[in-house]
Amino acid sequence: MTTVWVPCDAAAVAVGADEVAEAFAAAGATVRRNGSRGMLWMEPLVEVETEAGRIGYAACSPSDVAAVLDGSAESIGVVDEHPWLAGQTRVSFARVGLNEPTDLAAYEAHGGLAGLRRALAMSPEEVVAEVTASGLRGRGGAGFPTGIKWETVRKAQAALKFVCVNADEGDSGTFADRMLMEGDPFSLVEGMVIAAYAVGASEGFIYVRSEYPHAVATLRRAIDIAYAHGVLGQSVLGSAHAFDLDVRVGAGAYICGEETSMLESLEGKRGEVRAKPPIPALSGLFGAPTVVNNVISMGSVPMILADGGEAYAALGTGRSRGTSVFQLAGNVKQGGIVETAFGVTLGELVEGFGGGTLTGRPVKAVQVGGPLGGYLTPAQFDLATDYEAFAAAGAMIGHGGIVVWDDTFDGAEMARFAMEFCAIESCGKCTPCRIGSTRGVEVIDRIRHGEASTRHTNLALLQDLCTTMEKGSLCAMGGLTPMPVRTALSHFPEDFGITEPSESEGSAS
Amino acid sequence: MQAAQAGSPTAATDGRRAETVRGIALGLASARGPLIPILHAVQDQLGWIDPETDVDVIADVLNLSRADVHGVLTFYHDFRRTPPPRHRAQICRGEACQAVGGQELYAAAQDRFSGSPDVEVGEVFCLGNCALGPSGFLDGKLHGRLTLERLEGWLS
Repeated sequence: MTTVWVPCDAAAVAVGADEVAEAFAAAGATVRRNGSRGMLWMEPLVEVETEAGRIGYAACSPSDVAAVLDGSAESIGVVDEHPWLAGQTRVSFARVGLNEPTDLAAYEAHGGLAGLRRALAMSPEEVVAEVTASGLRGRGGAGFPTGIKWETVRKAQAALKFVCVNADEGDSGTFADRMLMEGDPFSLVEGMVIAAYAVGASEGFIYVRSEYPHAVATLRRAIDIAYAHGVLGQSVLGSAHAFDLDVRVGAGAYICGEETSMLESLEGKRGEVRAKPPIPALSGLFGAPTVVNNVISMGSVPMILADGGEAYAALGTGRSRGTSVFQLAGNVKQGGIVETAFGVTLGELVEGFGGGTLTGRPVKAVQVGGPLGGYLTPAQFDLATDYEAFAAAGAMIGHGGIVVWDDTFDGAEMARFAMEFCAIESCGKCTPCRIGSTRGVEVIDRIRHGEASTRHTNLALLQDLCTTMEKGSLCAMGGLTPMPVRTALSHFPEDFGITEPSESEGSAS
Repeated sequence: MQAAQAGSPTAATDGRRAETVRGIALGLASARGPLIPILHAVQDQLGWIDPETDVDVIADVLNLSRADVHGVLTFYHDFRRTPPPRHRAQICRGEACQAVGGQELYAAAQDRFSGSPDVEVGEVFCLGNCALGPSGFLDGKLHGRLTLERLEGWLS
């Protein structure tokens, strides 16, 4: 009987994968559900097992089932050899799309648990040293060195410590955390067990946003299986190390992606940002020393322990080591997951992998790093993806989300949206963010629709407001909202009705 | 949910609801930081959270002030304080969906269903389906490449 793989990833399900799977089952095929390969424009991407390998059929619908099964449908060839995948370096996503996500035996057969076994044979200090040597930096957006964070928690003296994973991936244009949780949940679980062993933690939480119900369900199933096989519980893989893990679901607050706000939410409170210090590594969840890492960072840990930190550090450029998982989104022809070593240029991602816009119109703007990231233009497509290079260009890589826009993009509209979003999602704790965002919407409205004679004054006011938010906000929400506003203003002044080149600087004269 | 929607609440249904909420809260009270899991569980089971009666019961079980529970209930966008409509569309207004017409879809859907007692059109910021937008939850089910036609088809 023919074995057919139909992705169970939410993106595939959103375009009909469940119906396709049912149709194959009804036609007598053995249906197995894998994670997504990340070539999302091809979803539902069905794969048929053959002697030559798994042959892919793109954008399948129930009406294609008969043709796929009798071999008359047009295929994309062996999926593993597809140039879009072959041109990547899959490390974090090495297993995603290959197996049934909660098949622990398949996970082990593809290298899973090797990192944990090696870690348990080492001392906690050695485990932290391995992560430090890898050069891994937090993939949630801030890029903080993971090893240094872990060492701080390891050295903290406390009877109770926590390991938390921040899976509140709220940035528009990002979905790598979701796809890893849905496609390879054991890598996250294993990474957390290793982290807990390294720092001496006994309990952990994965805080997943409520907008990701598929990920929540997959993680809960994976955790049950991990307990049943001794990967979690009182004796991890027969060792003296004990670790309990639970999934907690957010409740629709973007701000809970900020780590201290997430900790407040885990404690059952309003998700208001905490002032730092104290840092969570010393006083985190319920006041205990706490590791807080992003999904991709934590999911990279098993591989670092299995193959050694040096192998991971050998990839990448400058101080940006390892691979980065980019997500091509928005108005893009070939959207999906591109995992590659740091240093690939923005143009290679958008025009190369992405194939330009979905609408076929010219690219006007690209926003990198979520709603708080800067807008870039095709003139900057030579920019190499490197934390420092992006910072120098007034932008950030953040969590690697790349949102592409065609020439219908309106910079002023999106600058206004940045402020509006901040006003809706601000936790309200600090004034620059809470009040500044609402004032920002008003000022931008006055610049766009007000008297031309007052525009100069309002532009100066907007720049001043942006500076206040940047310097006075408690966290990145208020502190970075000015980034899309300022980059929209500097790259697309004409969208704001500005014709004088110097006017967008907003200097009061 | 049925009880809540079936016209004027009586003392008996109020009492049953309070017992249900108390049972949910007691079942989760021993977890670390149980308030948000309790609010989720109440909403999953009863469709919404009554800002008066449910808050009283939860505050009592957790030994919190009503203000504490109210503060959490009102902070998070997910928790609804009114009974849910029959059908619910949540359209993504995130940047990636805006780049493929999400904002226009949201506005059109709001226009189309304004005044409808059975359909509520709301906004959501990112469903993690950013390469296949515009995205939305229709009665909790994720849809990609949404159009007004498909939305109408689902909701009618």
